[in-house]
This record gives sequence, C-alpha cells and structure tokens, in this order.
Amino acid sequence: MKHLLSAGDLTRDDAELILATAGEMRALADRPIKKLPALRGRTVVNLFFEDSTRTRMSFEAAAKRLSADVINFSAKGSSVSKGESLKDTALTLEAMGADAVVVRHWASGAPHSLANAGWSRSTVINAGDGTHEHPTQALLDAFTMTRHLASDGGGLDGRRIAIVGDVLHSRVARSNALLLQTLGAEVTLVSPPTLLPYGVGTWGVETSYDLDSVLPKADAVMMLRVQRERMNDSYFPSVREYSRRYGLNARRMATLQDHTIVMHPGPMIRGMEITADVADSDRSVIVEQVTNGVAVRMAVLYLLLGGSEPAIGADETPTTEETPA
Amino acid sequence: MTSYLLSGARILGAEPTDILIADGVVSAIGTGLTADGAEVVDATGLIALPGLVDLHTHLREPGREDAETVESGTQAAALGGFTAVHAMANTDPVADTAGVVEQVHRLGREAGHCDVYPVGAVTVGLAGEQLAELGAMADSAARVRVFSDDGKCVADPVLMRRALEYVKAFDGVIAQHAQEPRLTEDAQMNEGELSGRLGLRGWPAVAEEAIIARDCLLTAHVGSRLHVCHVSTAGSVEIVRWAKSKGWNVTAEVCPHHLLLTDELAATYDPIYKVNPPLRSAADVEAVRAGLADGTLDIVATDHAPHPHEDKDCEWQAAAFGMLGLETALSIVQQTMVDSGLIDWEGVAERLSYAPARIGRVGDHGRPIAVGEPANIVLYDADATRVIEAGAMASLSRNTPYAGRELPGRVVATFLRGRPTVLDGKLA
Repeated sequence: MKHLLSAGDLTRDDAELILATAGEMRALADRPIKKLPALRGRTVVNLFFEDSTRTRMSFEAAAKRLSADVINFSAKGSSVSKGESLKDTALTLEAMGADAVVVRHWASGAPHSLANAGWSRSTVINAGDGTHEHPTQALLDAFTMTRHLASDGGGLDGRRIAIVGDVLHSRVARSNALLLQTLGAEVTLVSPPTLLPYGVGTWGVETSYDLDSVLPKADAVMMLRVQRERMNDSYFPSVREYSRRYGLNARRMATLQDHTIVMHPGPMIRGMEITADVADSDRSVIVEQVTNGVAVRMAVLYLLLGGSEPAIGADETPTTEETPA
Repeated sequence: MTSYLLSGARILGAEPTDILIADGVVSAIGTGLTADGAEVVDATGLIALPGLVDLHTHLREPGREDAETVESGTQAAALGGFTAVHAMANTDPVADTAGVVEQVHRLGREAGHCDVYPVGAVTVGLAGEQLAELGAMADSAARVRVFSDDGKCVADPVLMRRALEYVKAFDGVIAQHAQEPRLTEDAQMNEGELSGRLGLRGWPAVAEEAIIARDCLLTAHVGSRLHVCHVSTAGSVEIVRWAKSKGWNVTAEVCPHHLLLTDELAATYDPIYKVNPPLRSAADVEAVRAGLADGTLDIVATDHAPHPHEDKDCEWQAAAFGMLGLETALSIVQQTMVDSGLIDWEGVAERLSYAPARIGRVGDHGRPIAVGEPANIVLYDADATRVIEAGAMASLSRNTPYAGRELPGRVVATFLRGRPTVLDGKLA
C-alpha cells in the first residue's frame, strides 16, 4: 500500500498489522527514550488547509519519534480562487523531496486528487478531508477499543459500537463505520434523521434515532461533535433539544454495561453532546485516545515509508511473536 | 459560388442518392446526377442529416476568451455537425442587453463556421431580481427568441411567471435551468448512495423536479411557452410527460452526457465528471433515454461548457461545473439511441435539428433535405469509430469526459447554406 486515503481501502490484514505495529509503538512511550531511527533522513510534510492543531501535533510527534524530518505547511484558506492551487502546492512539495504528505483539507477527495492526479509521487496520508474520511482517527479509535474490549488477545468481532451525533458531516463516523466493519464489529449510528447521510441504508451498519435504546447494548459509545455552524441551520430545533435527545449525561451513562467505554474524537463541546461529568468519568478514554493517536500514526508512517523491516528490533521487543514480518 | 454534388449519400439513412447543392440551396436530389463545374464529394456509405441545431451552447465570449471564443466554439460546432448554435447568456458582461446579444451575433457571422443565435438573460445580470430588457433583445439585430438564466435558476415564482407572460408578446420561450437553490446549496454531485459515502454535498433529484413541476403549472396558467433545460432525472421525465399529456406548451432537452454517464464516475474525485445538473444514476440514464425515444424529451442539447485546464485540474469541490459536448454529441446519440435501437436516423434529425430549430424559432435551420431547402447538411460516417483525444479538439478547452473512450461515428462534412464548413473531417 502506497497511500492511506480511505479506511475502506484497508483489508483486515492491513488493519491488524497497523494495530499490532501501533501496539509496539505504544510500548515505546513508556521507555525513557521515546525515539526510533526508523525514518531517519525521510521528510514528512504536514500540509494543512484547515486548522487542526491536535491532529497536526499528533502527526508531528509521530514523525519525530521515528526520526523523520518534519515540515509543517499551513495553507489555511488556500484555494484556487484565493491563492496557490493544490496542484502547485503539490509540485512544490515534490520539488522539496517530501517522502510523505500528511494532508488535511476542507474538500472531500482532496487527498485522492493529491495521490492520483499525477502531481506528485509522494505517499499521501489523509488526515481528514471535508466530510469524507479521517482514517487515522478510525485506526486510533479501533486501537483504543481493542485495548479495552479485546484485552484477552481477541479482536473486536461481535463488539457493539455506537457512534452518536452528526454523522452527516462527520469524516470520523465514515472512517469508523468502514474500519470497524472490516474488523468484525457491529456498528450502530445514532443520530437525528436530519444528520444521517442519504443512502446510509447501504452502509451495512445499523441506524437508530433513539439513543436510550442503543446504550445498554453498546460496548463502546463514541460521541461526535456537533459543529457550531450546524446549530442554526435547522438540523435540529435547538441545542437544548439536541442535548436532551442525543447528549450523553450521567443518567444515560448509568444505563451502560460495566465494561463499556466512552469515546470522543475531540474537540468536545461540554454540555452539548457530552456532559463534563461523563467526559471526566472513569469510563472516558478520551485522553487515552490522544496518546494512542501518536502510536497509531507512527505505525502508519512507519509501514508506508519504512518498508518491510520491523520497526523495533526483535531483540528489543518483548512481543516477538507478534512482530510483523 | 461553388456547387457541390454529394454522391451516394443516404438521406436519413435511406437508399443512396445524389444531392446537388447550388446557390445555397438543395437544387436536385436523385440517382445519377451530374453537374458541370460542381465539386463532387464522395458520400458513399455516409448518412446525410440536416445541419444540427444546438439550443444550449456556452461560447464564453465576451469575458472568458481563455476558455472559448465564438471563433473556436463555432469551429467545434461545425466539426460536430452543427450549423446553428444558441449561445447562452452567462458571459461577462451577461447577455442581458441588446448591445451584448448583437455583439455575439456579429462575432458569429464574422466567424462563419455556423450561425450563432444569442440567448438573452431573463434577469439583469442573471441575478434573479428584475427582468432584463427582453423586448429590446427580441427586437435587436440578433432577434432573440430564447431567454435563459442558465447556470442559475429563475427561482422566484413571481419573476418566472412574469417572464413567461412577457415573452408571449414576441413568441419567445423561457429556457429554465431547473434547480431549487436552497435544496442545492454547495451541492457537488447527485444525491444518492454515493454522495453520502464520498462526503460530497448532494444535489437531490427533487430540486430539479420541484422547479419543473412548478414551471409547468405556471406555463399552463399564463398560456406561455416553457423549455426545460438539461433534464437529468427519471422524475423530471415523468413530470414533463404529464405536462405534455395536458396539452401544455412545454418542451425539454437532454444532454449527451446524461444519456451515457452515471454518478459512479464521481468516485474518482476527478472533476472532469463534475457537471450541473450532475451525472445521475443508471436508472435515470435509462429514463432519459426512454423519454427521448418516446418524444417526452424533445431534443438533445449539448450544454457545451468549456473551462480552462486549471479550473478542472484541482480538488473536486474547487472545480468548475461543466463539460465539452459539441464535437462528441452526435457520436453519443448514435451510441446510446441509434445503435441501441431506440430511434432511427430520422429520429436523430428530429431531435437534433428540426425540433431545436422549431423551439428556437430559427427558420432557416432544421429544414428537411429537399429540393429548394437551405443546404444545411451533415455527412456522417456511422460505421467509423474514433478514440477521443482532448488535445485534438477545436475547442480552446480540454474538459471532455470522453478522452480515451472509443466512440462510434465521425462527421465527414458539414455544409452551411451550401458552403462547406467541414470537409474530410477537417475545417474547410
């Protein structure tokens, strides 16, 4: 695999390899020296056409821990009408010798264009495109779920995952729906009807308008952010009504099974889709998701750029039998 | 003026015959014709069609001469077998005054590759707020009869009613780009299963159908004439069929790309397939083909929409809507309608020549190939095949969705009032 554009492009073997590699990378975080030489001399460009401090920092930390050189290129607001085109930006990065381009873009499909339009030979990693996909977020979510729900060494087969909120505009929901199905989990999208995409019936996932009926069966509950600009566009009558019907609060949390975890891709709007007491509860793995994000992105960068050699030498790792060949 | 003897041509696909053209008209038809001094064009095996008439062309001049000019666009038209095109009003400045339409008309005459009939804007600046001077454009040297805000919908129902009423004074027609604006804000592709997956904002069929239904009712109410541009959905075909069953004066067009291509192509995120209205589902393609076959949809119109390379070599959402059409239209119609057995060559003449000329009130075009008629004739080799090369087109732009595809048929010659604009497949 040369690029990571869509979670749907990953086979189960691909996804499991990334998650296993991320497990090794995650173990590295507990060591005194958190750096590997794997990508020494390679250049990773973070190309962000849209603000996302946390995703950019996560990719930057991941690349630096693999010893890659990192260039951050913020092109916010750039478009054909406003300035340099994506094509010219790509040609510039190509000329600078970028080995990988991590791209965040407001336009759905922009990473596909970057990878396929013939502008560049770099590896392209989709760090979120429009309302399309955010595959590394789905991978870090799956990684986090695996650590909590499959600690016996099994996978996510048969696990029930509820994804709640603005599915229509969520790249996180799209990538998760694809990846979690690949990994054998059962996904239920919970949303007011106005915020479910047209044609969602063909996605192979369950859908529900009723959060209360879904929560008791869920093994993980992923709350999605509702963007402020949606709030005045009649997707729902008011923030209060949304919170009442689709917000996760202490009363609803009490209906969860004991092992069920609460997730959120961030940034949260406390009091809207999730109350502060839920976000800060023991069930919440929201902060851990951030830590895991770095490990998963290290795994993705390593596997796409590093070739077939294991990231961590067999003599260094305690989990030799799981080390990918 | 040189006379031409087209030998062995099959008029509308009938048995071979000779056609003699002199002084701009068809002077004789029959086997074994001879004429001293006439230049003989070997038309053996070629189909003779009346010169094609496009009711929906974007020539981009004035304003976007980087995308197309009247000269280059009419060259493309002639190579596609057209002898008349209607030039849409969304130029810069907009064709909303007598001055602009006369300029476009004059540029067409000077270019000489085909006749150019300017379409007048319905509203000033296509802004949808007040009527443009429709009467002045009708009375100008350009004799405008077709009015359209194409690219934008006349969404205000009162304004649409007034426009329909007003053009009755000079036998005009309102050609509506049916797109409910609120339902299509920032819309990128057909709203369907795929738009949800691709994260591209959907352009739902209902946004087209609701406007068509409203406009048909308005047209009936005020007793005027409506033409529906680029019908793309099965539901729209049903509504037009219903309006016609009532006897209302409604006509409709379909574009070649909506006869062939589907929204599946958007999965490439290649903006060459971005067009408005968008490519629809396979079921919609079947429905518009059936509608064109049974006469519900009266004509094929190209919606030839040139765009410079940079407006297509970019992200899908940043790209312009539209695709080239003039040089491939007849081949697409052959592939989708004739080779599939839905219509014959007489049906092609009706839908690409006679009917569009009637709707546009263009007297000298859309006439049968008969003695005494204006010699506007296309010679077409339906047995040829060709691979489309974007770079080989006469259009200044390259945004054809058919690049690399093999299409049937090839225009061999085009005659405009007895004068060849295309011979041997090349500009004469």
